[in-house]
Amino acid sequence: MEENKIVVMNEEERAMFFENFNNSLHRLGRFLLVSGIVILSCIPFIIGMIYGVSPDMTAFLAGYAKVAVVYIPVSLVEFLVYAPMLGAGGSYISFITGNVTNMKIPVAMNAKEIAGTEVGTPENEIISTLSTATSAIVTTLVIVVGVILLVPLQPVLQNPVLLPAFNNVVPALFGALGLKYFAKSPQIAVGPLVFMTLLCTIVPSLIKETSVLMVPCGALALLIGFILFKKDKL
Amino acid sequence: MGDYLSQVNAGVLYLLVGAVLAYITLMCVVFLVKSYRAGIKIGMDKRVLKKTILSSATFTLLPSISILLGVVALSGTLGVPFSWLRLSVIGALQYELNVAEIAAQSIGLPGLRLDVLNIEAFVTIALVMTIGILGGLFFTVFFGKSYLKKLQSKPKKTESADGEKKKPGFGAHATTAMFVGLCATFIGAYAAELIRGFISPEVLVKLEISVDAPWMRFVVALIAAGAMAVFEFFIQKKGKAALENFSLAASMLVAMAGAVIIGLF
Repeated sequence: MEENKIVVMNEEERAMFFENFNNSLHRLGRFLLVSGIVILSCIPFIIGMIYGVSPDMTAFLAGYAKVAVVYIPVSLVEFLVYAPMLGAGGSYISFITGNVTNMKIPVAMNAKEIAGTEVGTPENEIISTLSTATSAIVTTLVIVVGVILLVPLQPVLQNPVLLPAFNNVVPALFGALGLKYFAKSPQIAVGPLVFMTLLCTIVPSLIKETSVLMVPCGALALLIGFILFKKDKL
Repeated sequence: MGDYLSQVNAGVLYLLVGAVLAYITLMCVVFLVKSYRAGIKIGMDKRVLKKTILSSATFTLLPSISILLGVVALSGTLGVPFSWLRLSVIGALQYELNVAEIAAQSIGLPGLRLDVLNIEAFVTIALVMTIGILGGLFFTVFFGKSYLKKLQSKPKKTESADGEKKKPGFGAHATTAMFVGLCATFIGAYAAELIRGFISPEVLVKLEISVDAPWMRFVVALIAAGAMAVFEFFIQKKGKAALENFSLAASMLVAMAGAVIIGLF
């Protein structure tokens, strides 16, 4: 009987074991994330070296500033909200492998339900790490198989007939995403949408400056959202 | 254009991305084994642990296919290897495309369009996409341990002193509001493009069916929104929650197919 092999720990031993286990997850996780940051940051430079080009640092800084304004606050909110749901191991795996909202959180919650564990317990920490690690591995394998199948399809994907599809991938994204978010909060959406439409109609040169305009437009949406929240209308 | 596509789809890039993903996956295996052994050690039932692994694997299969569809959508402009990397590590489709568009504009390009991309622009776009998404990793490296320890020692209160449930803060709504603002920026710009097209002197020319027409981007966005509305109907009204995983990538592919059909005229 396998049950006979299990060493039964008392509460103190369990607490100490959990403390050590958690610390080792943090050590391993930090190593994974720091090494991940270094490796990933090198990739664009390595590709540049292969082709004898280098990133335009002025354009990079301009682009990064616009991205940071939106995505650093989003990253902070995601970290504060999701880390407690995922636990130590789950957080490290999820933040490095991505697809947190659409994949890792549902997987961890599903596993918690199946195992019947409570947040904050050693059992839940283990279940969360097991589920997110499994999910990351399976996703990687599925995409590897998909990419292998995609390679012979390259000539088809590069056919000029498909050019309009790939030139319009951004409008396709914001059409779909817009419907989802506007339906979620129509009272927030109206103001920024009318503001942007009028502004770009009156000053058409701004149509090409969406990356700049998303900052005031995002701020306007936040302000409207905050006013509605204060008035209990969200 | 052909040169650019063959450069971003070169075999060496597949090897590079494959090596990075092999490393990350290996680390995930280490986490998995470590947790499994810890579970056994504290007396958890092996069957529960195995069931967790199996159910997480099956639960992940379908959403993984939707990520693959995202790779297809992204690969037309950024090549398969880099799209594969971005959507396997840290990324998510909506982030990647938005940031790639911002980066393309910062270089001075009209947007993320295959006909204007080159390898110099690609490496800059790739750098903005990579560095731009590292925020969550930095927060976790520097504050993860202390934040989680603090939460473990002081469980979050969800009820006030008089026993009433506390109202959640604005934080949960803030992310939604920011994304609403983000989408409104692009949709508003497309709507303005459409309006400008119709009030310009060459209105008859602009009414022609062509991929260069000023209404093209608005119409593509509209097709995507229509497809998403159908998905939302089935998810919200018919209880088909499983479609949630596919709705974004599939709606985009429907709209992209629409763009191809318009291009045939």
